[in-house]
Amino acid sequence: MSAAIDLATIWAFIIAFAVFVYVVMDGFDLGIGILFPLFPTKADRDVIMNSVAPVWDGNETWLVLGGGGMMAAFPLAYAVLMPALYTPMIAMLIGLIFRGVAFEFRWRTQGTSNRWDLAFAGGSWLAALAQGIALGAILQGVHVEGRHYAGGWWDWLTPFSILTGVSLVIGYAFLGAAWLVLKTEGPLRDKAYHLCWYLLFAMLAAIGTVSIATPFLHIQYAQRWFTWPNVILTAPVPIAVAVATVLLLRALANKQDSQPFYLALALFALSYAGLGISMYPYIVPQSITIWQAASPENSQLFMLVGVAILIPLILGYTAWAYWVFRGKVRGGYH
Amino acid sequence: MPTTSWGFDAIDLARAQFAFTMSFHIVFPAFSIGLASYLAVLEARWLLTGREVFLNLFNYWLKIFAVAFGMGVVSGIVMSYQFGTNWSVFADKTGPVIGPLMAYEVLTAFFLEAGFLGVMLFGLDRVGPKLHFFATAMVAIGTLISAFWILSANSWMQTPAGYAVNADGQFVAADWLKVIFNPSFPYRLVHMVLAAYLTTALVVGAVGAFHLLRDQHLAGPRVMFSMAMWMATLVAPIQILAGDQHGLNTLEHQPVKIMGMEGHYQSHPDGAPLILFGLPDQQAGKVKYALEIPRMGSLILKHSPNAPMAGLDTVPREDWPPVPITFWSFRIMVGLGFLMFGLGLLSLWSRWRGTLFEWRPLHLFALLMGPAGFIAVLAGWITTETGRQPFTVYGLLRTADSASPLAAPAVGSSLVAFVIVYFAVFTAGVIYLLRLMAQPPHPGEAGPPREMPTRTAGITPAIESVKQ
Repeated sequence: MSAAIDLATIWAFIIAFAVFVYVVMDGFDLGIGILFPLFPTKADRDVIMNSVAPVWDGNETWLVLGGGGMMAAFPLAYAVLMPALYTPMIAMLIGLIFRGVAFEFRWRTQGTSNRWDLAFAGGSWLAALAQGIALGAILQGVHVEGRHYAGGWWDWLTPFSILTGVSLVIGYAFLGAAWLVLKTEGPLRDKAYHLCWYLLFAMLAAIGTVSIATPFLHIQYAQRWFTWPNVILTAPVPIAVAVATVLLLRALANKQDSQPFYLALALFALSYAGLGISMYPYIVPQSITIWQAASPENSQLFMLVGVAILIPLILGYTAWAYWVFRGKVRGGYH
Repeated sequence: MPTTSWGFDAIDLARAQFAFTMSFHIVFPAFSIGLASYLAVLEARWLLTGREVFLNLFNYWLKIFAVAFGMGVVSGIVMSYQFGTNWSVFADKTGPVIGPLMAYEVLTAFFLEAGFLGVMLFGLDRVGPKLHFFATAMVAIGTLISAFWILSANSWMQTPAGYAVNADGQFVAADWLKVIFNPSFPYRLVHMVLAAYLTTALVVGAVGAFHLLRDQHLAGPRVMFSMAMWMATLVAPIQILAGDQHGLNTLEHQPVKIMGMEGHYQSHPDGAPLILFGLPDQQAGKVKYALEIPRMGSLILKHSPNAPMAGLDTVPREDWPPVPITFWSFRIMVGLGFLMFGLGLLSLWSRWRGTLFEWRPLHLFALLMGPAGFIAVLAGWITTETGRQPFTVYGLLRTADSASPLAAPAVGSSLVAFVIVYFAVFTAGVIYLLRLMAQPPHPGEAGPPREMPTRTAGITPAIESVKQ
């Protein structure tokens, strides 16, 4: 039995890792889509698109791993959460459709005003907002009876889920702006710097608001964070957030090219760790633990073999693809 | 179960949604499996011969691949989440068995395709021809690995094997090898991959024919038409054999599906006829106006004209598949298969006579057959998926017991949303694809757009000899 417990925990970390990689990697893809309306010229937009065109598909694949892996490793959680998050999930999928096809379609239209640019921006907004809302809906908990979701199809809609939705849009936009600082040059990069300042403060406000609101959702969240001796383990998270913020402010003040992006990733990692601390060991908060939702041992073990061999390989060739397209993206007009 | 004002319940709507989103999705992988392999062959021939025409054709089809692949990706993500949103009971019960198969698909195929796609599309001038060919080959192999896993999962739903049922009512694996290599899987895999190759060959052939009809001397269209017609000549007969074997396998493991496909409502103790055409009447339980060949059904399926064959009259009505659908979709698939075979034969004859690039009726036929592969793939999937009804896991889990506990308005709204979005997005996509195909490949053809105003591939465009 102890082996099964260990496997479920390992799989919780694997799924959490896949979702995190998705969040930061597609986060900057979606982020540049969110920022698209602020860059109205075609020349800028071409450069912005080209900065992610070779890698966006790989980034999005982590979402499929997160969803597919959850169905395989924690089928009960997948079966409960997907109907509970029905509307945000459908909205996210539709957003991702518009965003995804725009990469190729926008080169295929004639004329000055490009409706696929609108699809790219609108799809990115919709997908990011829906993902953030889904996160909030999970945190606030869903109504479960037996092995089924037992709530209605609008239960997810609360002020808290709207807050997390808006927060994620801001977070992705900040990642996107930091990515543009990393990958572009000239006036485009200067504009991205400028945006980083605003978006950093907006993101800090979002992190603060969500952090304050979360303990009010369930007493367990508050106990997890604020009771002795948990505080010893939880306090380093806000302290590390403060350190990352100071470093980010310095990097932006010194007009560093690559540091803002990596520090933005660190800020995401810390926020994500905070979510993990709040949720563990529940996969459907306050209803279903990772052990209750886990697949049988032989299913989790069968996949673990593949994950152990393939994930390092995947990270290897993904890193290679990023290396091939390293450096600044240049437009043809400069 | 609450119903909408139109009287559909949530299950009908969820089924309609799955059928709709699946039908849109399947055409893109069917095309990109074949096209990725074709691109790998074109690039290999360019590397081996150094002939510019292969590089031009590679870049030409690469642009088309990029558009089609993108549509396949976005419509595929919808599929992977739909198991949870609309079919949560199915996901809970089968997740421990087919979940890992799909997880392996992501790990071994989707990442491989996506990881190397960027280099394949945009990286020729950055990594050089050899490493670029490696990337193209990885994408092609990825599409085939993807087919392996998803067809294994689908086949397990058709012919479940190697499983047990646990205390929570979930299917669990007892033997992974038996799960993966379940009885119908090898047949389905071969049939589908051949279908993908044929579908692509027919599209490539139609594009080649379209340009040959305008100008018989264009080097690119001549090469692609010739390659496509070889593919049709060789693969169409193999596909007919593979389909026959698949049918015999189905007869062994899913005899009721065969009864539906054949329109065999009645049992035939002295040899069953082959019903060519007719109007299956599910209420009356017979095929009206049937045009049939006596004993031919038994001859094909049992290899003996007098072999007895059971009909749907031996099966409880609540287990009947919707015969009118499977009966007709099966005939559409088979009919198109024989037309493809005919095209292959005609092209071979024409090739032998030396008129492959001049004989306009052949080009016209090939042009008309351009969409035939897609229609056949759709008809085949409709046959096998509706033929499995009324079960999701054949004989074990009913479709009616698989759906999410959702209200009909929720499923109905998402269905309407998908219909609107898919028609808007994929109509535009198909128009862009046709627009790309309407242009002939040019000497010095550029790959997918990346750096504006024009991308330089680093290769000096050479004017080809029109006579090759």
